[in-house]
Amino acid sequence: MIYNIKRDHSRFRQIVKGKIKQDLKKYVTHGEMIGRKGKDTVTIPLPQIEIPRFRFGEKEQGGVGQGDGKPGDPVGQGEPKEGQGQAGSSPGEHSLDVDLTLQELAEILGEQLELPKIEPRGHRTLKSKTERYSGIASQGPNSLRHFKRTFKEALKRQIASGTYNPDRPVIVPVKKDMRFRSWKSDVRHENNAVVIYMMDVSGSMGDEQKEIVRTEAFWIDTWLRSQYKGIETRYIIHDASAREVDEDTFFKTRESGGTLISSAYKLCQKLIETEYPPSDWNIYPFHFSDGDNWSGEDTRVCMDILEKDLLPVSNVFCYGQVESRYGSGQFYKDLKEHFGTEHDSVILSKIENKEGILQSIKDFLGKGR
Amino acid sequence: MRGSYSDSALPADLEKIREEIRRHVAQYGLDPFEVIFEMVDSDQINSLAALGGFPVRYPHWRFGMDYDQLSKGYEWGLQKIYEMVINTSPSYAYLMKSNSLVDQKTVMAHVYAHADFFKNNYWFSMTNRKMLDTMANHAVKIRNFMDRHGQDTVENFIDRCLTIENLIDPYLPFSGAKKRTAVSSLMDPQQEQLPAEPGRFKTERSYMDSFINPKEFLDEQKKRMAEKIKKSKTVPAEPQKDVLSFLLEYAPLEQWQHEVLSVIRDEAYYFAPQAQTKIMNEGWASYWHSKIMTERVLDDSEVIDFCDHNAGVLAMQPGRLNPYKIGVELYRDIEDRWNRGKFGKEYDECDDLMTKAKWDRGLGLGRKKIFEVRRVCNDVTFIDEFMTEEFCERLKLYTYAFNRRTNQYEIADRDTKKVKEKLLFQLTNMGQPQIFVKDGNYQNKGELLLWHKFEGLDLDSKWARETLRSLAEIWKRTVSIETEVEGQKKLLSFIDGEFSEKFL
Repeated sequence: MIYNIKRDHSRFRQIVKGKIKQDLKKYVTHGEMIGRKGKDTVTIPLPQIEIPRFRFGEKEQGGVGQGDGKPGDPVGQGEPKEGQGQAGSSPGEHSLDVDLTLQELAEILGEQLELPKIEPRGHRTLKSKTERYSGIASQGPNSLRHFKRTFKEALKRQIASGTYNPDRPVIVPVKKDMRFRSWKSDVRHENNAVVIYMMDVSGSMGDEQKEIVRTEAFWIDTWLRSQYKGIETRYIIHDASAREVDEDTFFKTRESGGTLISSAYKLCQKLIETEYPPSDWNIYPFHFSDGDNWSGEDTRVCMDILEKDLLPVSNVFCYGQVESRYGSGQFYKDLKEHFGTEHDSVILSKIENKEGILQSIKDFLGKGR
Repeated sequence: MRGSYSDSALPADLEKIREEIRRHVAQYGLDPFEVIFEMVDSDQINSLAALGGFPVRYPHWRFGMDYDQLSKGYEWGLQKIYEMVINTSPSYAYLMKSNSLVDQKTVMAHVYAHADFFKNNYWFSMTNRKMLDTMANHAVKIRNFMDRHGQDTVENFIDRCLTIENLIDPYLPFSGAKKRTAVSSLMDPQQEQLPAEPGRFKTERSYMDSFINPKEFLDEQKKRMAEKIKKSKTVPAEPQKDVLSFLLEYAPLEQWQHEVLSVIRDEAYYFAPQAQTKIMNEGWASYWHSKIMTERVLDDSEVIDFCDHNAGVLAMQPGRLNPYKIGVELYRDIEDRWNRGKFGKEYDECDDLMTKAKWDRGLGLGRKKIFEVRRVCNDVTFIDEFMTEEFCERLKLYTYAFNRRTNQYEIADRDTKKVKEKLLFQLTNMGQPQIFVKDGNYQNKGELLLWHKFEGLDLDSKWARETLRSLAEIWKRTVSIETEVEGQKKLLSFIDGEFSEKFL
C-alpha cells in the first residue's frame, strides 16, 4: 500500500513548527514547556488546530446520555465530549500535544531570533567514536550473521568442490563459509562545551526572579546543545558563600544570607581549573543575580577574578540581571563601567520581567561566540 | 494497492475462518458486497484511519494531524482500531494483525454486516462504489495542481474549501433535482432598469389615457413590477442548502479552484450517508457479529474473551451515547416487538401495563422487520419511528444540559419525548446548523448572503467569523450570514477584511 501519510505528517509538523515560531514569545514567556521536557523531546501543548465551520456554540447543546441519576445530578466523569457519537461539533478546548525534539526547538529559536551559528573556539581535541557497520568479517557473533554472503560463500565452495547439484540445490554452509557484518570505528573530533550557571539565591531573589532564570537557562541550554555535541552543565548557587548543586536544587533553593558574588566566581574558576582545561573546552559562565553585592570591595574582587581568571578562558561571560524589588542593580552598572558595553567577551543583559526573556536570550547568544 | 503487496492477504487459517463466516452470513440472509480483507499493522491502520479508509488521498496536513493523534493514542494505549471497512464494491476491510483469533472472527462477522448495510441501505444507494479509484484520481488531480500552482497555494485553498465542506444537502441525491442553468452574471445593470411605462393599458385614444391609466394605478404597477423583478432576479430563487454547488456555479473561481472545490464536494457527498446512518450501521454490524459469534462460531474457550471485548465495544460512558449500543438494542427491541406483535392500534390502545408486558401474538415477524428497517431507514427515521417509551426507560436514557450556574453538565430530563426530541435534533443535519444560500447578489452588489435556519441554538460566533473569512476568500466579495442571537435577527458580515455585526 502506498500511503502518503508520512508526507502529510511532516507537512502537519511543519505547520505546527510555524505556529510555535509565530508564538515563540508566548511559549518562552510562559515557560510551560520546561516542565514537559523528556530526554530528547519537549511536549508542547498547542491549541487544537481546527478547521473552522459553522457550528453551534459550545455548551449550548447538551445531549442525550445513559445511566442512573435524577434531574440535576451532574453527568459524571468530566466533560461529555459529544452528545452523540456522530454529532459533529465537539466542544471543549482540546489541546494538541506536539512532541518536538530539542534540536527542532533550537532551530526554531535560532531562526526566530536570527541567532548566528557559534564558531567554536580551541582545538578539536575531543574525540567521539561512532560505530558503523561497513564491512564483512569471517568471524563474529551469530546475531550479525550475513545470510546472503554466507550463502554465496557456501555456494562457491560447493560448486568448486563439485558437490553442488542443480537439480537439488541444497546448500549447507560450514563454519568457514560464515560471514558476519563487521563495524569500523569512526573517530571524530568534536568541540565540547561546558555551561556554568551561577545564581544569586540570596533573600532578594524571589520566586518570580528564579522562574525567569529557569526559563532563560532552559532556552540557552537548548540552543547551546544544538551547537555542541557533548555539552555539560554545572550549577553554582551563592549567597554569602557558594556551592555547587544539581539542577533541581539550583532552581529551587532559596537562602537568605547576604551576597558575596566573588564566592561564586571563585568556585567557578576552581571548577574550570580542575575539570575543564580551556584548550579542550568551550566555556560559558552565566551569572544571574538581582545586582546586589555585599560591598564595593567584593565587587572589586569580582572584577579582578573576571579579568584575570575567567575571561581569558571563557568563550564569553554572560551576566543577566533580573529586576527585583529589593535589588539595587548596582552590579550591572559596575560591570558596565568596568568593561564597557562593547567588550568582546562580556555580555550584559537586563531582564525586567518575563517578557524580557526573549530579548535577553538574543543578547547573550546573538554574538555567535 | 490491490495485489501490490502480498503479505497483506489473509493467511490460510484466517481465510478458512473467513469462508466459514461468509457461509453463516449467507445463511442468515445477509447479502453483502464481496469483501477483500487485508492484514495491516498498527501503523498502517492508523494511517488508513487518518485517511478515512482510503490508501490514496490527496495530500493534506489534516490527515497528518489525525495520524499523529491516532498514533499517539495507540502508543499510549488509549485506543486501538480493530478494523476498518470501506463502502465500495467489492468492499475493502482492514484487519489489525495483532488482533487475537477471536477478535478476528468477530471483526469479520462485523465487517460482513457493514458490507451488507452498504449494499442494501437506501441511503447508500447513490454513493460511488468505485470510490477507491475516484479518490486516487482526486489525489492525482490535486497533486498536479500543486505542481503547477505550488503546494501552499493549493493547500491553502483546500483549507478554505474544508471550512464549508459540511454545507451540503444530503437529501439532494434523492430529490432528482435538475442542475440549475447557469446564469452568466448575477449583476446585470441592463436588467436593472425598469420598463419605461409598466403595466399601462393600451389605448388608441390618447385623451382616454389619463382615465384608463390614472397616476395612482401606474405608480402601483410600477412598484409591483419592481418587486417582481427583484424577486425573479434573486439567485437562488429559493434558499439553497447545497452551498458548495452554488459556489461551484457562481463563485469567481479559477479552473483549478473549481476542480478542487468539486473534489471536496464529491468526497463530502460520498461520506454523508455514513454520518446519516452511524447508529443503524454500527448497530446492524454489532447485532450480527453477536448473533453469528454466539450462535455459530465461538468455541467454549473463546466465550469469555468474546464477551469481554463485546462488552467493551457496547459500553456506555456517562454523558455519551454509544451508537453501537443504541443501535444494537433498538434492532433487538424491534425484532422482539414484531415477533410478539407488540405494535399496531390494538397494542397502542391497551392501557394495562401487565398485559402489554406479556403481550405475545406469536407473529414471528421480527427478523423480517429488521431487514426491512435496515433497507429503508436512516438514523433519524430509525429513532423517530422505533424508539419507544419502554425502550428509553429500559436503557435509562436522559437528556443533559449545561448549567451555567454550576458550570457543569447536569441531567435535565428523563421524559421520552424530550430524549427523542434532543436525539433527533442532533441527528438531523448531522448535528450541525442548517445553512442556506439566500442571495448571490445581495444588495445588488454581488455579495453573498447565507441564512442560518434558526432552531433554538445560537451559532458559535467565533467559528462563524472564521468561516465567513474563509468564504469571503472564495467569493471574493462581502459575505454575510443571517442568524438569530437571543431571539433577534442578526447579520454577521465579513467586509474587506473586517467583521461587522448588526441587528436586523
